[in-house]
Amino acid sequence: MTDKPVETITTKIWRETPEVDNPFAAADCFCAGYNVYGDLLKNASFIDYLFLLFKLQPPNPQQSALLEGLAIALANPGPRDHSVRAAMSAGVGGSTHPSALIAALSVGAGNLGGAREVFHTVEYWQHCNTSLKDWQQLIKNPPAEQRADVWLPMEHPPGFDPNGVSCPTPVKQTLAYLADVGKTVHLNWLQDNRQQLEEFADCPLAFSGVAAAALFDLGFSPEQAEMLYLLLRLPGAAVHSLEQEKLGWRKYPFFANGFKLNP
Amino acid sequence: MPVHSKLEKFEDNWRTSIGGWSLEGKVVLRGKDVFTELNEKPWMEYLLYAATGKESPKLGRLIEAIWVICTSFPDPRIWNNRISALAGTARSTGVLAAAGSLAVTEATVYGLKPIKGASDFLIRADQRLKEGESLEQIIKTELKQFRSVYGYGRPIADADERVKPMMEFARSIGCGNGKYVKLAFDVDEYLSNTRLKYKINIAAVCAALLADEGIDPAELYNLATLSFTAGAMPCFIDASNQQEGGFFPLRTSRLSFTGVEEIRHWEV
Repeated sequence: MTDKPVETITTKIWRETPEVDNPFAAADCFCAGYNVYGDLLKNASFIDYLFLLFKLQPPNPQQSALLEGLAIALANPGPRDHSVRAAMSAGVGGSTHPSALIAALSVGAGNLGGAREVFHTVEYWQHCNTSLKDWQQLIKNPPAEQRADVWLPMEHPPGFDPNGVSCPTPVKQTLAYLADVGKTVHLNWLQDNRQQLEEFADCPLAFSGVAAAALFDLGFSPEQAEMLYLLLRLPGAAVHSLEQEKLGWRKYPFFANGFKLNP
Repeated sequence: MPVHSKLEKFEDNWRTSIGGWSLEGKVVLRGKDVFTELNEKPWMEYLLYAATGKESPKLGRLIEAIWVICTSFPDPRIWNNRISALAGTARSTGVLAAAGSLAVTEATVYGLKPIKGASDFLIRADQRLKEGESLEQIIKTELKQFRSVYGYGRPIADADERVKPMMEFARSIGCGNGKYVKLAFDVDEYLSNTRLKYKINIAAVCAALLADEGIDPAELYNLATLSFTAGAMPCFIDASNQQEGGFFPLRTSRLSFTGVEEIRHWEV
């Protein structure tokens, strides 16, 4: 045995007690004080446990309903979404199943409709809150990076779709439902001021914008919101990838006629 | 209470001969000092040494040519590259794009599965030939068991345009005359004359070339891990430099729905 101090993992999230015959296996696991397999397993919903993991406090009924609604809204972005197309590209080539989710995460991470956009939009909420004037100014004069970053600079106001024409029905339906069920300040303010903000942005509100408002109302930081957005959109990537794996590359667009190499 | 776990002996105890870094500033790979013994190696020879422990300028050059000629087509429609193009159009990062593309290269119709599988097939086939089986028998058994032979047949196109330039390069450095290359083309001749008309693809050629240089399937797999990156990266860069969201956008009519037609209602 060495007399050097044992290195440990510091965490407020998780505590374990060992099995009596094996110190490498946990007998009891506690998440923020709750016994996970003795209590939460029987009594908590998945959404409540998800909230607890991030916030270390259980949600109230409105928070629970809001996160549940958001999770449904985000679960499948549909097969035309970039991240789902990435997963399907794994499926049609017979790539490993985890690679489909890795691909979906890689692509769904970005500034256009992805998790980084949600990160930035939550930052906008932190800065502007419910001040139309502040939103107008920030959209007009977006923060410029002071030094180079691995992320590309935003090319459009975060939370809005630069390729959109008008706010799509599912975005409006989701915003209306979440504002109603969550009864929170920012979602309701967004519901009331959406068109004005869209005028400032010169493009319509996107799913990323609704998600960011909901996650901000739930008290998540930009980093937590980014992570949750990545997680919550994976079910669609999984099922569409599995479906295309069965159908194969012959039945999946290859854009044989659409690809044009410049001379 | 005595500890019975098989993990106890590893607790705070990782022993390795592969290498590491020391606080004194020394870096060792497979017993050699990186700064004084490996510092003049070309990167591909360093990778070869890292992956296999082998040191061979000729082998390093052969692998490098395989990477250039065979594995990095910069076409964003190829499914692994498509991840990078989509990542670029969705404004993700270059490393996330490369990581996604790399993960997806472990595919069945191209990439790592055929590469490792072709090497494994050729080595098994050679062993069974030695044991007295005929080539026809070996191929028929493979087809019956797996419905395909890794390294033969190709999606989208029939013939593989990489075979000729790769073999020409290999011969120019004194490779390509071994028993596995001969076997690979014997299988090609047999399969292309069956009703399947499977022709040899580049996976079998590379597996054979490297098997003749003493590279086994596991070594080949490790060496090929990063081989697709130079194809994926330009696809990310290209899509990043064009309009965001501009990479082959799909209107809703591009979905061909074959499921339940009726509108159903969720019961509450």
